[in-house]
Amino acid sequence: MATLPGEFRFGNFFASIIWVILVVIVILTLIVLPLLFVVLFYTPLPPVNGEVLTPYLFLTSIVDPTRTLPIINFYIHQIPFKVIVFPGFIFAAIVAAATIFVERKFLAKMQLRIGPFYAGVWGIGEGILQLAADGLKLISKEILVPSGADKPIFWATPVAFVATAAAVVALIPVAPGWVVSNTSVGLIAVFAILGFFPLIALLFSWASNSKYPFIGGLRALHQMIAFEIPFILSALSVVILAGSLNLTEIAQSQHTFWYIIFLPVSAFVFFISSLAELERVPFDLPEAESEIVAGWLTETSGMIYGLIQLGSYLKVYALAALFVILFLGGWHGPQIFPPQLGPPNAIPIEKMLTLQGFYEYLTANAIFWFLVKTVIVIMLMILPRGISPRIRIDILLHTGWYKLIVLAFVNMFVALALIYSGVLGPGGSLSIH
Amino acid sequence: MADLEDRIRESQRMGIQIAKESEDDRLMTLSVGPQHPGSGHFRFVVKLDGDYIVHCDPDPGYVHRGEEKMCEYRNFIQNIPHLERPVIHDSTNITYSYSLAVEELTGIQVPRRGQFIRAIASELNRQIYTLYWLAIYGIFLGHSTMFMWPAGDRELFIDLMEALTGARVTHAFNIPGGVRNDIPNGFKDKCLRQITYYEKRLKEYEDIFYNNPLVRQRTEGVGILTKEDAINLGVTGSVLRASGVPYDIRKAEPYDVYNEIDFKVQYMQTADSFARAYVPFLDMRESCHIVRQLLDKMPESGEVRAKLQANPRGPPGEAYRRVESGRGALGYYIISDGTPKPYRVKISVGSFRNMLALPHLLVGAKMGDMPVIYWALNYWPVEADR
Repeated sequence: MATLPGEFRFGNFFASIIWVILVVIVILTLIVLPLLFVVLFYTPLPPVNGEVLTPYLFLTSIVDPTRTLPIINFYIHQIPFKVIVFPGFIFAAIVAAATIFVERKFLAKMQLRIGPFYAGVWGIGEGILQLAADGLKLISKEILVPSGADKPIFWATPVAFVATAAAVVALIPVAPGWVVSNTSVGLIAVFAILGFFPLIALLFSWASNSKYPFIGGLRALHQMIAFEIPFILSALSVVILAGSLNLTEIAQSQHTFWYIIFLPVSAFVFFISSLAELERVPFDLPEAESEIVAGWLTETSGMIYGLIQLGSYLKVYALAALFVILFLGGWHGPQIFPPQLGPPNAIPIEKMLTLQGFYEYLTANAIFWFLVKTVIVIMLMILPRGISPRIRIDILLHTGWYKLIVLAFVNMFVALALIYSGVLGPGGSLSIH
Repeated sequence: MADLEDRIRESQRMGIQIAKESEDDRLMTLSVGPQHPGSGHFRFVVKLDGDYIVHCDPDPGYVHRGEEKMCEYRNFIQNIPHLERPVIHDSTNITYSYSLAVEELTGIQVPRRGQFIRAIASELNRQIYTLYWLAIYGIFLGHSTMFMWPAGDRELFIDLMEALTGARVTHAFNIPGGVRNDIPNGFKDKCLRQITYYEKRLKEYEDIFYNNPLVRQRTEGVGILTKEDAINLGVTGSVLRASGVPYDIRKAEPYDVYNEIDFKVQYMQTADSFARAYVPFLDMRESCHIVRQLLDKMPESGEVRAKLQANPRGPPGEAYRRVESGRGALGYYIISDGTPKPYRVKISVGSFRNMLALPHLLVGAKMGDMPVIYWALNYWPVEADR
């Protein structure tokens, strides 16, 4: 129990609180409000009820529910929101964090143990805060830089790893129109960005100035180059059927049929190659513990390790989402969301509670099905960790160069046959007209 | 080559020194251990040419404790607790042959019930050790489930040993003259129940690990130790049996009650890492049958420990006895000068003999095969250092 200091006077204490409140009010009125008005004067403001808002009207939205939702609706369609929150970085990071938790629990159940247990909230959700605890621990740890390390590269590569993973996430559409960067060459851009990862691994392993990371970096390079080609070839047969490189258009073209029906072999090759690209079991050779300590991550410590883990789980989300878009029909699924949540003629506060003017049932449905499919694919990616050992580098390269490339070609010919026989493609009998 | 020499001449004219690539520059020297997740308390220096190991130099001795010298300062009974430290997961077997040798020196006869309890404890402890070994073999192959399952099922036998001896890992149960205490009530039923469950689990191990195509791909045909090489190098235990030599101390030199037990020596002909990984598994399965028979044939009542004098001593002389431990033949050579303390104790362990095959198998293997070959040798670094 804390004790009161000797010279404590309640009056002084009360007076100090009053002073704090006064100072806050003065700062708010003299500095914050003018600044806010300056900012609002220069930012584009949304039109509400047919008139463009002024900074004064914008501030009244705090107390007027009829203006709040249109304003929010306007801002979530702006680029900064998409980049930072949804479907950009924060959304992907939340999916990545959920993946880590589910992976640990799922693996624990397979291996007849409990997994994270004690870090919970209010006695429920056993271990749900484990990731937060781990993150805090990693932040508070000292970062050791090996002597003789190439310091600028050593510090820059973990940041580059996360940034590159986030760049892949930026190209993934989660619903029609909900994508950060809707380029016409989306698929090519994804592969181009994924091509940076072996370079980052090699740079980091070289900068560590240590033997085990160096072997791990070389292994990562070999592995990713060997699997890049079947990876691209398996996606190419999808491009042949869809006739587009834009990821949104590829997903839209699967309105009637998912491509996994026509291209099961390609889907298999794509899945295996993405496991290799993600360095997950059984392809975790660059981090093979019993052979080369921790591979190219040997010299990572503290938040450098945390950043690389964050980046690799962002990659898991990105590649699972890519699999969904290419083979599992993207966001298409049965319509389960109602067109409106509440009655059309409602009082303003009820309108706000039922999200009228904000809720779009088609988008909600698309996001829901996209997430469900992505989670299923992520679970399938986690599964091999419980049942499979690591494979050897020569078997891995043999699999990549000899088997998967041939398999990828098999389904490409199937795709071409479907196009030329007039079953699929532009004007095909099974396509949308 | 002419090109390289031209470059060297060119650079010398310009005053620059460049190194000529020699055979040594091609090689990368890796010090695997003692701070390596795949080595244990042990180090081996390997030289790599690309992905191939061209040289291997084992360097044991990091956990040498002078057990043999320590024996000379304690009497025959006091030696028991520290002698089981080299391999605490197999602590009943490592004190078994010591007790046999001391009994031969001092001329003690162990009561029949005591002999059965010793054999039961020995077989249960063999399971504990082999499960621990298998768990590490699983994680060395990157198979995390095979690490967790045996490590969890070890509890079955640790619970049994706890009921039997009072300690979970270091039992100090075998002593010259018999065992420390009689078996508790209800032990037989509990033991049979655990073993029945455990045999079901062994089938699951086989499905998830030994019949896994990726495990087969990694272990089959890797690190072949032919029958002749195995005999010449002097390996013992599962490594020797995996090379096609059906040699088991329990059959070859039966001690205590093992000549009354009906069991087969498990061996394989393929002589590769898979065989070396599979023979201990077959041993575990056979060990379950042995425990069943021992529980069946055990006398219902009787003494478990011979009456000894306060400081047991015998006439001057020497004795060598060995038993089949989890890692092969484990022998004690004891010289007594007639005092209560041994004059000299020499421990011959299976681990050290199996380690001698490591350079023979690793040279020419790939880097990825290193943990597969190394741990299949059934080598326990702490035991080898003694």
